[in-house]
Order: sequence, then C-alpha cells, then structure tokens
Amino acid sequence: MKNNFLKVAGKILKSRLIVGTGKYKSFSETAKAVQASGADMVTVAVRRVNILDKKKPILTDFLNPKKIIFLPNTAGCFTSDDALRTLRLAREMGGWKLVKLEVLGDKKTLYPNMIETIKSTKILSKEGFKVMVYCTDDPLLAKKLEDNGASAIMPLASPIGSGLGLQNRINISMIIKQSKIPVIVDAGIGTASDATIAMELGCDGVLINSAIANAKKPILMAKAFKDAVISGRNSYLAGRMSKNYFAIASSPKKGLI
Amino acid sequence: MAKIQLNGKKVFIKSNYSLFDLLKKHRLISKKIAIELNNSIVPKANYKKKNLKNNDKVEIVHFIGGG
Repeated sequence: MKNNFLKVAGKILKSRLIVGTGKYKSFSETAKAVQASGADMVTVAVRRVNILDKKKPILTDFLNPKKIIFLPNTAGCFTSDDALRTLRLAREMGGWKLVKLEVLGDKKTLYPNMIETIKSTKILSKEGFKVMVYCTDDPLLAKKLEDNGASAIMPLASPIGSGLGLQNRINISMIIKQSKIPVIVDAGIGTASDATIAMELGCDGVLINSAIANAKKPILMAKAFKDAVISGRNSYLAGRMSKNYFAIASSPKKGLI
Repeated sequence: MAKIQLNGKKVFIKSNYSLFDLLKKHRLISKKIAIELNNSIVPKANYKKKNLKNNDKVEIVHFIGGG
C-alpha cells in the first residue's frame, strides 16, 4: 500500500518512525534499538572528533550510513549562523542534502527560536538543502516554513526530552490539515501510545529519541514504538467511528428471548 | 615547526604538514569527517594540497549520536 510509505524530499521511507541516536548507554545498544525500531532514518549530531583518544569507538562503526539514512541535526545551535555552519559541514562529510534544522531559543525549554529557524530554512533551501524543520506547533509559523522551502514540518509534541506527550492536539491537527509537505511530530513523546495518538491525528511520522533511549528496556521500547506507529497509521487510514453521547447496543434486538 | 589550534587544543606540527598528514596522524578516515580551516570548509579533494601554517585554526568533526 503506497499510502503506508512516507515520502520526504523524494526519499521513500518504509517506516514512519524516525529515531534519534543520542542518550544510549553504548553504541551497541543504539544499533540494536535502531534495528528493533525498524526505522529507515536516524538523526545524528555533528561534533568535534576526540583527537586525544584514537581508540574510542565511533557511531559509524555501529551504524552504516549506506544502509540507514543519516539525518544530520543542528542540536545545540542557538543561532542561524551556527546551524548553517553545522549543516554545511555535515554536507561536506557525506554529501547529505537532507538535514534536520533546529535552532534553539532558550536553554531551559529548548524551545525553537522560530525567527532564526525561518531565516535558516530560507537560506538552506536556496543552497539546495532539503530541510526537515523542528518547530513550534504554531500553524502560522509552520505555514511560513513551508512557504520558505521546508521539506517537512516537525512540530514539537512538548519540550525536548520531557516525555510529556502530545500537549496540543488541536494545533497539530491544524498543521496537518493545512500542510502540503509531511508533518512529523518531533520531541516530547513519552511512550508508545503517544506516538499512536500522533499518527491517528494524521501525522506523517514521528521522531523519537529519549522515549526509547531512556526506557528501562530500550530495545523492547523500540519495538513497542514500531508497532505503535503502524497501529496509529492504520487506525488513521481506517477512520474511527463517530462518538455518541449514549450507549448503542452491539448485539441485535431481533430474536431476543 | 608550527603551532596550530586543533579542535580547541594547541598542537605542534612539522612544517609542510598537510591536512592529509594531520588526518593520518590521528588515524582519521576522510570519508567519516569534515574539516574547517580558519572558519571555512575545506573540500575533501584539497586535503593533500592544503598545508598548515602557524596559528591556523582547524576543526575536525564527525557524526555522533543525537536526537
């Protein structure tokens, strides 16, 4: 069913679940969780190489960018200039044009600075990048991102790493209804059922990191998210029943003894 | 001899030392990294011909786990 594939910037993803690779206890655990999640795409950060410890294992020893799509992010960037610098380096590293942009505005909430985010989206799109954009759940600003060339809108469910789940279903629904590009809920999802709710609203995908990495059994939670996303998507496609104020019996009255 | 700043640390290198030599010394594979020299990105094809000079600022980055 072609409806069940996620298409972002011309790339077809079989899984609607994208996972982050941060916060795991080891790279081996990261790799196992990614595999259990069934994700085709993972987010990665760009950081300085540790020049003092040459023997330390690195992420690419465990995850092969030829087998799984690496989506470089700009985590930790608080200005447009920093985000642009990071993504230009990421592009030089492996030739990636598909990137995740996040320009943060505040250290306590890690809320996106939307003014800098819109500015960066415009510049990156002009440079040929395909930009998936982490953003607030404001429909007006989401539209601005789309107008400035974003490849996907990625509104937060709640603050990064908070696990508070989808806090504003109405806004997320508005964004889904108005957008012509994929809407992927990013940040704040706490557990598998949150992902199902997001998918039932009609989101095109979800991006999960902390909820899997910080679970007591991350690999099992990765599997739970895989199933939750499939379930939510199917439920959305199936179309839920209408709500009624009073009971409607499931068994027929005819033939009642 | 020249003194450069590599990923924020002072490092001494021989003269006529290229970015390629620097990667070799630190056992880094060019495919897995990207280099910024004095705030501008150096294309991978230029690593061999780009020699380092005194007070150069080099940043070598790679992908790590992130959300």
